[in-house]
Amino acid sequence: MSRFMTIVEKLDTLDKRWVFLVVGLAVVVSTIFRLTFPERPTPMVCAIYEKIESLPEGSRVLLPFDYDPGSEPELQPMADAFVRHCCEKGLVMYFIALWPLGQNMVDGVIRRVLTVEYPDLEYGVDYVDMGYKAGNEGVIAVILTDLKKLYTTDAHGSSIQRIPMMEGISNIRSFDLILNISAGYPGLKEWIQYAGTPGNIPVAGGCTAVQAPLLYPYHPEQLLGLMGGIKAAAEYEALLLQGYPKFRNDKNRFQTALTRMGPQTIAHLSIVFFIILGNITFQILRRRRAQERQSQQRQE
Amino acid sequence: MKRIMWLGILAIILLVLALRTAQGHMLNPFDSFHGFGTWFAALLTLAIMSFLYNDNPVYRFAEHLFVGVSAAYWMVMGFWSTLVPNLFGKLWPSLTAKLFIPGIADQPRDPLWFLYFIPLVFGILLLLRLAPKGGYLSRWALALILGTTAGLRLIAFLTADFMGQIRATLNSVAGYVHPSLPGGTGVFSFEQMFWDVVSVIAIMAALSYFYFSKEHKGNFGRFSRVGIWVLMITFGAGFGYTVMGRIALLVGRVEFLLVDWLHVL
Repeated sequence: MSRFMTIVEKLDTLDKRWVFLVVGLAVVVSTIFRLTFPERPTPMVCAIYEKIESLPEGSRVLLPFDYDPGSEPELQPMADAFVRHCCEKGLVMYFIALWPLGQNMVDGVIRRVLTVEYPDLEYGVDYVDMGYKAGNEGVIAVILTDLKKLYTTDAHGSSIQRIPMMEGISNIRSFDLILNISAGYPGLKEWIQYAGTPGNIPVAGGCTAVQAPLLYPYHPEQLLGLMGGIKAAAEYEALLLQGYPKFRNDKNRFQTALTRMGPQTIAHLSIVFFIILGNITFQILRRRRAQERQSQQRQE
Repeated sequence: MKRIMWLGILAIILLVLALRTAQGHMLNPFDSFHGFGTWFAALLTLAIMSFLYNDNPVYRFAEHLFVGVSAAYWMVMGFWSTLVPNLFGKLWPSLTAKLFIPGIADQPRDPLWFLYFIPLVFGILLLLRLAPKGGYLSRWALALILGTTAGLRLIAFLTADFMGQIRATLNSVAGYVHPSLPGGTGVFSFEQMFWDVVSVIAIMAALSYFYFSKEHKGNFGRFSRVGIWVLMITFGAGFGYTVMGRIALLVGRVEFLLVDWLHVL
């Protein structure tokens, strides 16, 4: 057997752990070198950015954070970017969560973005955390008609009646935009089905990459715009950098998604390399086996 | 021999980590709760990643710990954010305000407050499943949950998915969406019309592949083969997105290990 064929046969039975090692090294090395690549925003991401830009100051935005630490690396950059954009535009933010750990994600964005970068914003006037509610799409169905029936207190146990920015809020139709961040069920799909479509309320949001193909059919009639995975988050950050140059100062803080796209690209290239290699190996071995079968038939 | 080699590697890694911690380059796990939490999270991350090499007891410990903590957290959150404000708070507001959430005292009492006894009774019935006798009563509560969910989902599916999607497709295939409709520009777009026609044909082709009342021969067979290509492209796109999602999670963990734990960046 030729040396080439020995290599091909070894590749055919390559232990999958070598693939894991190469992908892992690709991610670690590109993370250490902080590789970044330019991003060109896609129309669906631009649509969300433009919608927020078009809202007048003081508009009410509902921000349901339906994700947990399991998808935080993908969704936290878009949550931060959405909140920063809302703050820059002077929009009033209402945080809620339909996932138990979504509450912690809201706490995180308040601690990380609002209290550090926008200390002038006041709780209860500029933003409120209404907390987690169990009930999945049932919660959305109830607040579509009566929000205060379900939300009697905020996340800290203070009465909703005492929060100034809750004045005039009767149901979900009181909001100018629903900006959901979703990692699965319940998530963006349920907000479209139970709030956006029946209530005729503009819905947009970001989701994990796995969910994105299932949500594209709702765009543009039922879903203003969609940010699928870390790639779209990086595009949104690129738009924010264009619109608000002050975000260019601190790369580690304001360009999280853009810096995460470097390792992403390198890891994808290594996976593509393995897919091509696997297919070439498969084709070579298939031809060889066919040739062997033919020669056996001739001998018989 | 292999075991000794692995133990040696582990000892070297632990020594390096101990030296870095002693020199103040890393958080000390015994100094603060934050330091302990970071070390614990990092070790659990490595324990989970160890599954990529092989199944092992360290991985199983991390997995069981994760499942247990998640279930407990879910239960506690459900009690404090749903049962207390939405059930106890409606039935016994003053007592709930006194014992649990003072903010509830400001709420006017629901005139139909007594209706909340229904979910209370059904909730108790659901727990009867755990009792040695009368477990069958839990089926009533389960039937209510199933019926309500089915009713809610059916209406939402019909309006948002079935009708909504058909309307959206027909609107865009015409190449013109009225500006009053969401996403409508009021401008005729030939390019948009072309891609929407392609999308409709692709859907029909994919559906034809699953139509078994007619033999897949001739033109119909060729059309259904187009459907296979449509399905393959869809699965490919889905796989690509899944890879992107998983790599993003890996990048997040690697960043945590390098930045928050090892402090090398």
